[in-house]
Amino acid sequence: MARVGVFICHCGENIGRTVDCPAVAQAAAQMPGVVTGVDYKYMCSDPGQQMIKQAIKDKKLTGVVVAACSPRMHEPTFRRAAAEAGLNPFLLEMANLREHCSWVHEDRPQATRKAIDLVRVMVEKVKRNGELHPISVPVEPTALVIGGGIAGIQAALDIANGGKKVILVEKSPSLGGHMARLSETFPTLDCSQCILTPRMVEVAAHPNVTLMTYSEVTKVDGFIGSFEVTIRQKARYVDPATCTGCGACYQKCPVKKIPSEFDAALGPRTAIYTPFPQAVPNKPVIDAEHCLMLTKGKCGVCAKVCPTGAIKYDDTDTEVKVKVGAIVVATGFELWDHSAYGEYGGGRLKDVIDGFQFERLASASGPTVGEIRRPSDGQVPQTVVFIQCCGSRDASKGVPYCSKICCMYTAKHTILYRHKVHDGRAVVFYMDVRAGGKGYDEFVRRAIETDGAEYIRGRVSRIYRRTDGKLIVKGADTLAGVPVTIEADLVVLADAIVPRAGADTVAQMLGIAYDTNRFYSEAHPKLRPVETATAGIFLAGACQAPKDIPDSVAQASAAAAKVLGLFSQPELEREPIVARVNEASCVHCRACIETCPYRAIEDFDIKDRQGNLIRTVARVNEGLCQGCGTCVAVCRSNSIDLDGFTDEQVLAEIATLE
Amino acid sequence: MTQTQPKPVEGTGAFDPRIVAFVCNWCTYAGADLAGTSRLQYAPNVRIIKLPCTGRIDPLFILKAFEGGADAVLVSGCHPGDCHYTSGNYHARRRWTLFRGLLELTGIGPERLHFSWVSAAEGQKFADLINDVTEKVRQAGPFEPANPARRRPWK
Repeated sequence: MARVGVFICHCGENIGRTVDCPAVAQAAAQMPGVVTGVDYKYMCSDPGQQMIKQAIKDKKLTGVVVAACSPRMHEPTFRRAAAEAGLNPFLLEMANLREHCSWVHEDRPQATRKAIDLVRVMVEKVKRNGELHPISVPVEPTALVIGGGIAGIQAALDIANGGKKVILVEKSPSLGGHMARLSETFPTLDCSQCILTPRMVEVAAHPNVTLMTYSEVTKVDGFIGSFEVTIRQKARYVDPATCTGCGACYQKCPVKKIPSEFDAALGPRTAIYTPFPQAVPNKPVIDAEHCLMLTKGKCGVCAKVCPTGAIKYDDTDTEVKVKVGAIVVATGFELWDHSAYGEYGGGRLKDVIDGFQFERLASASGPTVGEIRRPSDGQVPQTVVFIQCCGSRDASKGVPYCSKICCMYTAKHTILYRHKVHDGRAVVFYMDVRAGGKGYDEFVRRAIETDGAEYIRGRVSRIYRRTDGKLIVKGADTLAGVPVTIEADLVVLADAIVPRAGADTVAQMLGIAYDTNRFYSEAHPKLRPVETATAGIFLAGACQAPKDIPDSVAQASAAAAKVLGLFSQPELEREPIVARVNEASCVHCRACIETCPYRAIEDFDIKDRQGNLIRTVARVNEGLCQGCGTCVAVCRSNSIDLDGFTDEQVLAEIATLE
Repeated sequence: MTQTQPKPVEGTGAFDPRIVAFVCNWCTYAGADLAGTSRLQYAPNVRIIKLPCTGRIDPLFILKAFEGGADAVLVSGCHPGDCHYTSGNYHARRRWTLFRGLLELTGIGPERLHFSWVSAAEGQKFADLINDVTEKVRQAGPFEPANPARRRPWK
């Protein structure tokens, strides 16, 4: 026989003002199976919790309903109190009288009636609750960080400095990501390379870090605490153990005109190459697509000049399997392709470039050694037009959001340009200037007031090339209400920030959610910004949303803190809300196996003592099951139930609402 | 299903519908919490039943709610793509598409079953949704559970 205790909280005045709490307590006490119904000013306070604990002991309660705020707020508090009094914490349920009743209704009788209904629902549920016990999962204290940009580097370093092992996987031949390509950074104008490269060296040399560049994660299995990850190491054709990084190979390589990815196609690279001189590891790789030896079988110059014999033309891709306890995803972003804007030349005008190309022009390590020279003829542009929100905030182009960093980097570009070309004219077309951040607005003011950038509020309708090579930019000044035409030498488009190509495939591989823009979804927009909804997988950097460097670094450190917290115990406990198969009635139709989003349900062979197969049924892997209950609803033979939300419980809840 | 009470007629004596809402824990329940935190007032006619995911909703729950005397049922979960469990809401949507036709066959009009996406950030949408559904059901009148096959004259 159930012995339920109901505890009604006034929440000061929050609930008591609109709900007649003593009346609810009285009504609750009359409900079948309820042995006590009391109300109190603050249930979550120490005396309130004591009241619950005392009642559990004195009245030998088998279930408790606390009617107070949202369970999202204080369910852990009350469950802890119940456990302290010797009651299984999952025998306590909360009725949400505050967020779902007193705060949203004004009429006292109506609110009181609803409150009684809400209590009745939970009483009926808790009578059918069973004892549940947290599931222990062992934790493999090694983290995987996917992406070697600034976010990945920071997360890897923080975890490694916390004393745990890290495997850092980077797709390209070098660490550094987009930040390595930047010239200077806003709002301090410190040199990007100078702050980044020491970090790259540090992470590569760290004894706790296993660095895997030129590698990609191809498969992820398992769950929090023990993920099994397959990593494909692409063939480098250069033995990193014997290569000294002298550079003789790429100086002599005859294939010299491949557009450099690092220089945003403004400069060339060779077929055997390091992306940039400060690369980490500073060991070249051979681009198999362009290498003459690998494509046509003749050349072999690099092997001839290599002093240590490190070139291996017969190198192949290799796969490694690793076991990790947590994963930090830091796959970053790329720029939106502005060729979708036909009015801006559709990507065909050579002197209409994107932000990264301008960064490379302004960078001392770039193709022009830091001189601003336009791509078409190498002239120093006297008028540069910057167009903000190129793609961003344009739902018709599929990018309805603000890319966040473009206002700031455009201001930086104008300052860099004006510092290098003193008599040049920098014109910015903008929609709004969004400079939220420490020192950010001051920086934009500086671009306008000190460095003389001309800001025009309005859009550009058309860019075309006049026969003399000038780019004619036709736009509108919406503040003055006049059309504007500018004869420019160079146009820089602040292209929208979009997730990496293939971001959705990576998300599907990891089993994490992504939004309509393909950015990865955090577990809670405010309170859990670095976790994903999949336990054990964390986010860092611009793969979650457009972010600048400080935000990426902050999020990476936060993700590292979460990983270290996870690794602080040899085992972790998780909520035992999992599905269970009744193997006696399972008909093995496999509907649940096909449906489960976590691949948590597997075939299980029931065998006799001789090992002969009797029949096959579905079985839930508790470690993988996240407790969504989708399998329960699809089960044709009604053989699966979800602990904590059983059919019996839900139907009992529904039955009370008559 | 044993307790049968007369339908509560509240306020002005006008028909006050009873609506059962099946919501998911991660989006709509949190959205309803946000409506509360933001003190958005809405009709008191809805009783929320929390489930981990809309994917957990067995069509039987909806029929049982009607059998128990609900005038309408509301199902609400995470927006497509935002499901905490990756795809539970897609299963719910598919099931809903099929189930709606079946519901009509049982004589329960489509105006009595509502489906919506409310995220954890959409407190206002939740309040508007409850008001909207309540109003629609109020116009539709009380649900009279009867065997439609008997009521419909043979032709």
